[in-house]
Amino acid sequence: MTTPVASPESFLRLEQVSKVYPTQKGPFTVLTDITLDIQAGEFICVIGHSGCGKTTLLNMVSGFVRPTTGEVRLKGQPIKEPGPDRMVVFQNYALLPWLTAAENVYLAVDAVWPEKSRPQKMAIVREHLAMVGLAEAANKYPAQLSGGMKQRVAIARALAIRPEILILDEPFGALDAITKEELQEELLNIWQEHRCTVLMITHDIDEALFLADRLVMMTNGPAAKVGEIMTIPFPRPRDRERILEDPTYYQLRNDALDFLYRRYHLDEEAE
Amino acid sequence: MAVASVRRNGNAHPLTKFLRQQGADFYLPMIGVIGFLVVWQILSSTKILSLPGPIQVFADERSRYLIFHPFYYNSPLDQGLARQTLISLTRVAQGYGLAAIVGITLGILVGTSKALNKSLDPIFQFLRMVAPLAWVPISLAALRQNEPAAIFVIFITSIWPILINTAVGVREIPQDYKNVSRVLRLSKKTFFLKILLPSALPYIFTGLRIAIGLAWLAIIAAEIVMSGVAGIGFFIWDAYQQNYVTEIIVAVVYIGAIGLILDRLVGFLQSKIAPANR
Repeated sequence: MTTPVASPESFLRLEQVSKVYPTQKGPFTVLTDITLDIQAGEFICVIGHSGCGKTTLLNMVSGFVRPTTGEVRLKGQPIKEPGPDRMVVFQNYALLPWLTAAENVYLAVDAVWPEKSRPQKMAIVREHLAMVGLAEAANKYPAQLSGGMKQRVAIARALAIRPEILILDEPFGALDAITKEELQEELLNIWQEHRCTVLMITHDIDEALFLADRLVMMTNGPAAKVGEIMTIPFPRPRDRERILEDPTYYQLRNDALDFLYRRYHLDEEAE
Repeated sequence: MAVASVRRNGNAHPLTKFLRQQGADFYLPMIGVIGFLVVWQILSSTKILSLPGPIQVFADERSRYLIFHPFYYNSPLDQGLARQTLISLTRVAQGYGLAAIVGITLGILVGTSKALNKSLDPIFQFLRMVAPLAWVPISLAALRQNEPAAIFVIFITSIWPILINTAVGVREIPQDYKNVSRVLRLSKKTFFLKILLPSALPYIFTGLRIAIGLAWLAIIAAEIVMSGVAGIGFFIWDAYQQNYVTEIIVAVVYIGAIGLILDRLVGFLQSKIAPANR
């Protein structure tokens, strides 16, 4: 890899970004001095203890939060507001409870391609619900779906509009272990086909090692920084069992654990 | 012995079965109503209350006629209680309908705009405390005619819960839904129809349900004061002037029953349109 300075502008670039919130006790620095270059089609996981500003970091890419200093640029253009090219899979799904699974996805498809005909849009909806294995549940309301199914609908909604960047904020945090592994594999398969850039927050080192090309490890907040970026070399398509047999896996895992629990141990509660 | 065991094994009379299943839901309210009537009868027979008891109400010729002839018609001010009630209900429908349209519209505007909310909230909080009866003279002075004045009293009494609840509903749209709308860059129209309205609907119905009760209370009050208009409120006033207390009691039963039905009706619509479990 060439150095970022010499290379042409990378796909997504966070440059000297910081975020400071004014509070009654004075300014509170969440993030500081974040510089990060992400290439098109990369799968990036962000890990760090609670309160380290991971969500703030992602919100600056999605555009919900503007950086206090520095700039976030997508293909050279500064990000100013949220948009469907940077679709978010929200932490608690954020499905509209009065719309069925299909209607939730349709809402997004319709917003992005209003010029397409209704049958065309319906076909996109069906295709993406089928992709996450929910063709059967298309006409169910979110209240009738399990947590894993809701998350699948949210992923289908996000992918149906072909975002350039898919942003996931701890998407599998609330799911049981089996559903979680299933969804991780589905996400990888889908990503393999779509090749969009993925930016995902996680608490789970194993999840990050299985999914990501690179793992961004944050130091503790306040004023969190990018501590280390770990490159994960496993070939794709990845196979969970093969990775688990690879000694590199344990080396990387130990490095990440060492970073999180020794060098940046969170006193009150280690997650 | 054989007969008894057959009965016990489920070939019971359908009515007995029904009563057994309904059990507490059916018996207890009945016991309550009968108990109420008995206590009332005792209080009135012992002259502790100088009101006629339920037996007198039923026995009295005038009130008996009213009970058994709800639809008779002699003149606008002399007609059956069902007709009088219907006239009052028509007024309620107009005033309440107007209050719903204006209340929901204003509520959405106030809920959407912080500035509008700050500037208008004190006025709303002030006006909603004015009792229906206090609006009658103002409304008569402003509109000069009984009929529009009566409708205005209902309107002004019932609009506040609708308006205030709608505004709260709009303000309480979960941030998640707003974020979805922002990231998808939904049009104003789509946001309104797919997010704002369905999200605020349970609140709007809470307002509508409180308001229907107030509207019904207000019409009775308004008609009592506005002499000369047909309606169940004026009927009571008229009967009072002529000292037909049993007639008043029959009319009050009508008022209570209609109020209950109206409340349940809006509650039913609420459960159909904005179910609580979503």
